[in-house]
Amino acid sequence: MNMTKNRVGIVIGCALILGWCLLPVAWIISLSFKSQEAITNGSPGFFPSSGTGAGWKNYEDVLKDDQFKHAIFNSIGISLISTVLSVIIATLAAYAIARLEFRGKRFVLTTALVIAMFPVVSLVSPLFDMWRTFGIYDTWLGLILPYMSFTLPLAIWTLSAFFREIPWEMEQAAQVDGATSWQAFRKVIVPLAAPGVFTAAILTFFFAWNDFVFGISLTSTENARPIPAALSFFVGADPFNRPASLLAAGAVVATIPIIVIVLFFQRKIVAGLTSGAVKG
Amino acid sequence: MTVQTATAPGRVTEESERAKAENTLGRQLVLPAIVLMMVVTAFPMLRALYLSLFDYSLTAPDDRDFVGLSNYWTALSDSLFWRDTANTVMIMVVTVAVELVIGFAFAMVMHRVIFARGVIRTSILIPYGIITVVSGFAWQFAFSNSNGFVNGWLPFMGDDFNWFAQYDSSIIAIMASEIWKTTPFMSLLLLAGLANVSEDMLEAAKVDGATWWQRLYKVILPNMRAAIMVAVLFRALDAYRIFDNIFVMTAGANKTESISFLTYRQTVEQFQLGIGSALSVLLFLSVLVVAFLIVKLFRVDLAQARQE
Repeated sequence: MNMTKNRVGIVIGCALILGWCLLPVAWIISLSFKSQEAITNGSPGFFPSSGTGAGWKNYEDVLKDDQFKHAIFNSIGISLISTVLSVIIATLAAYAIARLEFRGKRFVLTTALVIAMFPVVSLVSPLFDMWRTFGIYDTWLGLILPYMSFTLPLAIWTLSAFFREIPWEMEQAAQVDGATSWQAFRKVIVPLAAPGVFTAAILTFFFAWNDFVFGISLTSTENARPIPAALSFFVGADPFNRPASLLAAGAVVATIPIIVIVLFFQRKIVAGLTSGAVKG
Repeated sequence: MTVQTATAPGRVTEESERAKAENTLGRQLVLPAIVLMMVVTAFPMLRALYLSLFDYSLTAPDDRDFVGLSNYWTALSDSLFWRDTANTVMIMVVTVAVELVIGFAFAMVMHRVIFARGVIRTSILIPYGIITVVSGFAWQFAFSNSNGFVNGWLPFMGDDFNWFAQYDSSIIAIMASEIWKTTPFMSLLLLAGLANVSEDMLEAAKVDGATWWQRLYKVILPNMRAAIMVAVLFRALDAYRIFDNIFVMTAGANKTESISFLTYRQTVEQFQLGIGSALSVLLFLSVLVVAFLIVKLFRVDLAQARQE
């Protein structure tokens, strides 16, 4: 009796979670199939009402748009480069934190914690000014640098949590066999640590892909403007009447990479989030 | 005899040399990370501190006058600053409280679920991974009275109700988007904490006749304290920095502006680098104050957050 009651509760709970997570996603997909005329005339309701469906028209329009294409290209390039560089630097730091005794370890951990809490907007004003002076305003590099430094704390935590779980006797065995600390790191530990590194890379990529503050304030043209900023500036021909269904189509396209990554690497992401942020 | 006296000090120096080498290697390995984090945060922050002492506007970059602390005085004596700070604190308290309750309920379900684990975890990661701007648009259009479905679905709402015409309903829409997007993160952190509550202890409490509520309050919550506190700390500071949703959904209309949005507007839209820098410094200081208060009030174990 009690067991079946519990089971019913869990089924209802699961249904609520699924509804919570997927309803807004279903909504934006449904919206992207409403025609632009229907949006201008007003078409309340979850699904496109009969006769006002747009088919793939909105997607065709969005993918023909030059600004949108540039933004997708910028986002993919900038996010991938920052992810790779950030993860390499974080791997070195996390190894030292998990394995070595050195003065200044507390300083590194405290810095990472402070940066994780840092209000990014307060950097907009000084970086805006500095990047213009250095000539990297509105370039890929101008976004890659802040993305790297703001993803480092998360990457360092995730990786050092993973590194603590690695069987380090193997490293000692390698050192007994005459390998230096550096060789032991490169030949023995790197292959063992690869899954953790991969998880850190996914979380880093999510951050860079999601960023909006730097994206709108450190770019001014399609030269470097990433997808979230481009979406927010995408007003269409009539600025007083936002093309909701076109925007929705753009939003769906921008969400596809995230959904693909989540579908393939769900287990790794959950492990990374839970071990990286709270342990013990 | 001579051999013994020679080996003893020899081993000591060898060990200390090893420790020295380890110390050097450790420092070399963390150096790039530290340098990068400092170059992009500490150095610009010091520059903001310096610029905040000038009357400096990008529209007239050559008249840069030293004005001392008057930018701070201008900001702090303006009711706009306090209104936006109050609004930000309100958003932070409400969203974190709601997320904590819903996130905990989700974590309990995910902890107990045996079937379809993968499906549940995959779908919970979608709001986490989705771009905040996209979430803002989705909810803005959902609440829209011309193209959305919310008015139609809520029985007590008139079909023509404009959610974005006044403060109360606009802020509800903004918080809905914020809560939707970040509750999954909260629930995953709490799930990790739940996994550390021992089943034996729960079983013992059950045998002793504890009710469900008693088990929750006396066994589960005290044992998850560290996890809850770290989750609250991270989420609260994240909520305090709210910017994306407000930018997309209302652009600060109807007094929905947050302190981050005010800082952004002064710098990027009005090119007032002097006062913008002063606001940046104040924003940074207020985050420190919020962090300090949370750590002190809830006695968060920072070593835990720092992963020591």
